[in-house]
Amino acid sequence: MIIGLILIPVLAGVACLFLGNSRQLRVILIAVALLHLILTILCWIFPPAGLWQGWLALDEAGKLFLTIVSVLFVGSSFYLLEYFQREAGSPHESESVFVACLLFFLATMTLVTVSQHFSLLWVAIEATTLASAPLIYFHRNPQSLEATWKYLLICSVGIALALLGTFLMAAAATASPTPVELSIAGLTTNAQRLQPAWLKAAFLFLLVGYGTKMGLAPLHSWLPDAHSEAPSAVSALLSGALLNCAFLGIFRTLQVCSAAGIGEFARQVLIAFGLISMAFAAIFLLRQADYKRMLAYSSVEHMGILTLGIGLGGLGSFAGLLHAVNHSLTKALLFLLAGNIIFAYRSKSTEAVSGMFHRIPATAVLWMAGFFAIIGFPPFGTFISELTILRAALQQGHGWIAAAYLGFLSLAMIGMAGVILKMLYGPAPAQGQIRESRLSLVTPIVFAALVLVLGLVIPNFLSQTLTTAAGLAGGAVR
Amino acid sequence: MREWIDLLMVLVAVTNLAILGVSRLRTCIRLSAIQGAMLGCLPLMVAPLESWTPLLLALVTIALKGWVLPALLERSLVEANVQREVQPFVGYNASILIGVIAIAASFWFNTRLPLPFDPPGTLMIPTAFFGVLVGLFILVSRKIALNQVIGYLVLENGIYTFGLVLMPHQTLMVELGILLDLFVGVFVMGIAIFQINREFDHIDADRMTGLRDWSDE
Repeated sequence: MIIGLILIPVLAGVACLFLGNSRQLRVILIAVALLHLILTILCWIFPPAGLWQGWLALDEAGKLFLTIVSVLFVGSSFYLLEYFQREAGSPHESESVFVACLLFFLATMTLVTVSQHFSLLWVAIEATTLASAPLIYFHRNPQSLEATWKYLLICSVGIALALLGTFLMAAAATASPTPVELSIAGLTTNAQRLQPAWLKAAFLFLLVGYGTKMGLAPLHSWLPDAHSEAPSAVSALLSGALLNCAFLGIFRTLQVCSAAGIGEFARQVLIAFGLISMAFAAIFLLRQADYKRMLAYSSVEHMGILTLGIGLGGLGSFAGLLHAVNHSLTKALLFLLAGNIIFAYRSKSTEAVSGMFHRIPATAVLWMAGFFAIIGFPPFGTFISELTILRAALQQGHGWIAAAYLGFLSLAMIGMAGVILKMLYGPAPAQGQIRESRLSLVTPIVFAALVLVLGLVIPNFLSQTLTTAAGLAGGAVR
Repeated sequence: MREWIDLLMVLVAVTNLAILGVSRLRTCIRLSAIQGAMLGCLPLMVAPLESWTPLLLALVTIALKGWVLPALLERSLVEANVQREVQPFVGYNASILIGVIAIAASFWFNTRLPLPFDPPGTLMIPTAFFGVLVGLFILVSRKIALNQVIGYLVLENGIYTFGLVLMPHQTLMVELGILLDLFVGVFVMGIAIFQINREFDHIDADRMTGLRDWSDE
């Protein structure tokens, strides 16, 4: 099953490279996306066995992130059908290369979620960068080239540092008489044999390396550019799925650190990084002139929230993982809607957009719902997860962390509210209402409904998985 | 063998210092090629010659780091039509000074973090850290995209050296280091194929400022 999850997109991607017919390409894209989702659901019902001496296996954390990736991919694929029609006239990359890279991207992200070995994990995360870079360059203009270059350069430095971190971890594991294998199972069961000093160094390098990819401030500088220049469906995948994959890399490292007894040190660093990211994002959200960049900075903020949640541990880990789910759905929703807004107004500048309720009413309603969800307003799922993180902070007696957390959240809310309300209301453009295609609204509606449901009730199977996954990184719910 | 490894490490460190102080891009590329070729010999010295793996690794590394990547870089150098970087953020003499400080820092780091096992050569760990530091420094202190790629190569070579320290004990480490070369290859092709110079009329990454926050209003 695991092999199928990875190989199907790869093979389909290779096939796409040889196809020029856009109809066939679309059929393949949708078919693979749906097949991937079905296989993912099957993984929930029949847990697949590990492969290759446990190098590939699906644990609870992996399953959670795999599901996020799969759901987002299906949603984005349907949205892309509409997108290709809109972009048919303007210059862009060849569609077959784009779809192929998209499928490779899916395969590499799947590989990240099933990697149980630090070497393989690193390879998978490196591969996601390679597969996604051409996606950002879709529009073939100087801005998207610049964004792609920054993305490659900064993420590659991150990935190089993560490799150094992996080597440092190998050094920590190379104690006499026999070295410990770098698989997660091997490292956690032999954790007391790891050298603490080297493991700490390894943690720091892996955090900085994968943190670059995840968009933790101050290493986030590629993120706003890449997210704003990429096609909206790709931005949704980058923000909702890719950042989580990088987060999984950090989560795996924390798993080993907790087992080795330096969890306390690791958690403190994570809390610091989380709060710094939230602070950076809150400041940059205050005066954003480009609404896609605004969403990108909001991703930085939410990655900070996740990291903070995991850093707090216990209840916080649970809430952090839940927040990963909520954030992915909400951010994908918002990015896809941003695509609709760009189509209606032909601009990414907040100055150019006003009176959305008159011009594109359906998108406007969803945009407003997405806004309330992203700032963590009840009854949306983000409210529950953000509140739980706050509770975790207070429960552990971290008063000032809770205060800073609330402060940054409100600052971000103020920043985003100003922009989004202005876009929704204000004078409508003279051309009046335009017809919104159903296809461009289906995915946003489904995602909005899912976030809403998660705010009302967390299904039993999900909360079980979340609890087990949180427990992996020493975050047993107390 | 230990003395030979350490001698090689000294030479690698010298090429690092030289790259810091040279402004001509072509010379920088040549230096990085020499460094890559020297590091390519290391797998043979570090691992016992019982299997084919070290030989294969050495050949692949020499081919990639010593030949393919520098050749690609030279090609994009010709296309981009630049000779040297005139005004880096940090001058060349100051760069060498920083390099010397980086050597001191690497040795200090080495004393603070004693390895849990016996490394193949005493100078390998400090040289690895030195390479990482120099690479990072070049990445942030140079403006031309080509120079940044060279910085990345140096950084990568440092990490590769670290992987070689682990080679006798952990499997796959050096192979991963070679995979990182793939990335550099993509970079260089990024310059060559996507013609960053033509799109922007320059390959000066410092002037890539079209995308930023709070644009002039």
